[in-house]
Amino acid sequence: MSIAIEANNLVKKYGEVTALAGLSLQVEEGTVFGLLGPNGAGKTTAVRVLTTLLTPDSGSATVAGVDVINDPEHAREIMGLSGQNASVDENLTGIENLVMLGRLFRLPKKEAVMKANDLLERFSLTDASKRIVKTYSGGMRRRLDLAASLIANPNILFLDEPTTGLDPRSRLMMWDVIQNLVNEGTTVLLTTQYLEEADQLANKIAVIDKGKVIAQGTADELKTQVGGERIDVVVSQAQASQAAVALQSMASGKVVVEGEHVQAPVSGGGVKVVEAVRALDMAKIEIKEIQLRRPTLDDVFLSLTGHHAEEVKVEDETVATKKGRK
Amino acid sequence: MNSRSMTEQYASKHGKIYWLFHDSSVIAWRNLLRFRRNPEVLFFDVVQPIIFILLFAFVFGGAIDVGDSSYRSFLIPGIFVQTIAFAGASAAIGLNADMNSGIIDRFKSLPMNTTGVLLGQNLADLVRSVITLFIMSLTGLAIGWRISGGFANAVFAYLLLLAFGFSMAWIGSTIGLSVSSPQVASTAGFAWLFPLTFLSNAFVPTETLPTWLRFFAEWNPITSIVAATRYLFGYPIQVSPDAPFSLQHPIITTIIWLVVITAIFMPLAGKKFRKATSR
Repeated sequence: MSIAIEANNLVKKYGEVTALAGLSLQVEEGTVFGLLGPNGAGKTTAVRVLTTLLTPDSGSATVAGVDVINDPEHAREIMGLSGQNASVDENLTGIENLVMLGRLFRLPKKEAVMKANDLLERFSLTDASKRIVKTYSGGMRRRLDLAASLIANPNILFLDEPTTGLDPRSRLMMWDVIQNLVNEGTTVLLTTQYLEEADQLANKIAVIDKGKVIAQGTADELKTQVGGERIDVVVSQAQASQAAVALQSMASGKVVVEGEHVQAPVSGGGVKVVEAVRALDMAKIEIKEIQLRRPTLDDVFLSLTGHHAEEVKVEDETVATKKGRK
Repeated sequence: MNSRSMTEQYASKHGKIYWLFHDSSVIAWRNLLRFRRNPEVLFFDVVQPIIFILLFAFVFGGAIDVGDSSYRSFLIPGIFVQTIAFAGASAAIGLNADMNSGIIDRFKSLPMNTTGVLLGQNLADLVRSVITLFIMSLTGLAIGWRISGGFANAVFAYLLLLAFGFSMAWIGSTIGLSVSSPQVASTAGFAWLFPLTFLSNAFVPTETLPTWLRFFAEWNPITSIVAATRYLFGYPIQVSPDAPFSLQHPIITTIIWLVVITAIFMPLAGKKFRKATSR
């Protein structure tokens, strides 16, 4: 297996805010790599550096062996990018957008029109092809944007939060589209805030926090590290620490107490809920609420870093304003 | 993958300059499509020039004395120049809007010539200027303005006006790429144009200005191009022998100005564009 995307020790600072703090990753050809992290973790910055839109302060990166920092023109010919804010022209129709981009990819006119029609059909946009993009729904825009990034049949595709802000149905449709691309042999690096999405699509996941990869592996490996599912119990605040002790023996990881909430990572599914109820009952603790749920990004963060994913959001706003001022 | 190798084959057939013009024309086509769908643009290109001509001709027409010729013949070239200069602000607003949408990332992630984005935008603005000049000329003719300097001179005057619009667009592009929002781009794009166009001979003869303003007005590029187009359209100009070079030789001065402005602001806008990213 050869390496399609490689980043070595990428650093990027915006004033005092560090967006990338020595990010390294390797993506094998023909696989899907998920970059998982909350807002402001540095996902978008990483994608922008890898797609030549941003020059890092230090570090190196290659795409299909081409140096993205020293040979950006060549690198751009190899990859496609579908960004977070759909980068299509709102005042043009769907077909006009794709033909324009095909022409800018230096396809002959006839070829560009053919390609545009193919892509519109493939992404179920044929009916809307002559409508101005302003009138498109969020999901349609995203699909058009993805179509736009496929004009030149790139072997390597970067998708920055491809489903953020989409309704569940559009999200499933998008997953389908991405899966099809992968089946055709495209290497995909996607960023996401949803563990579920990374789980669905990615062969390998890197969890990123404060501009650094803090954990890496397959979805299963990560989940094992995080401890599978969670049992959430709500009890009175006075009994919370007692409840934690009672649950610790059956938990697969450290039980966390927050106010009235007690969280125990478990593996084994529904049976564990019964065990938990029994254990709490034995300890004479009154259960207000109990539920079993799959781990979220927040859980991954909590178990990997000891802090909530949301905490980073504050910094994200600083990054955003700094960028805005530039 | 075959489409990729085809692209390369096709691309290698032509040189860099060919592709710059190819890319620019694609972007120009895109911008013209956008204009067609934007009613504001229609107002700026069609209604505003008519209003300007009528307003100045009928409101100031009687009040300002420019000697023996009618104020309208004196005025019309001035309004042409002012309106074309304002097209520079449109470049500022248009580019800034692109910067604030994701489209710029798309362009920058393509293996296209990035200068093509700017050049294409400015070429589209040039097409708008042609339309604007045509409408203003018709309005002018309707209220008594006449071209009396000969056909070749008139064509030269129009070409000079378009070249002027093109060089102003590079200043506008630089402003549009330097400010943060389309609102600021609009303000900043227009703000400097008002003193520049009014502190010139566009609406009043420079002789009436106090000395220090007069010096500025005489060397103002607006004054040169207004004087040049007045001359080329056949408006009789008396230049006193002690007038500065810029008034003695308005056409040469104008050409120098256009070359200097373009030579400074074209690379500057290009540099700003390469450094800028979408916000």
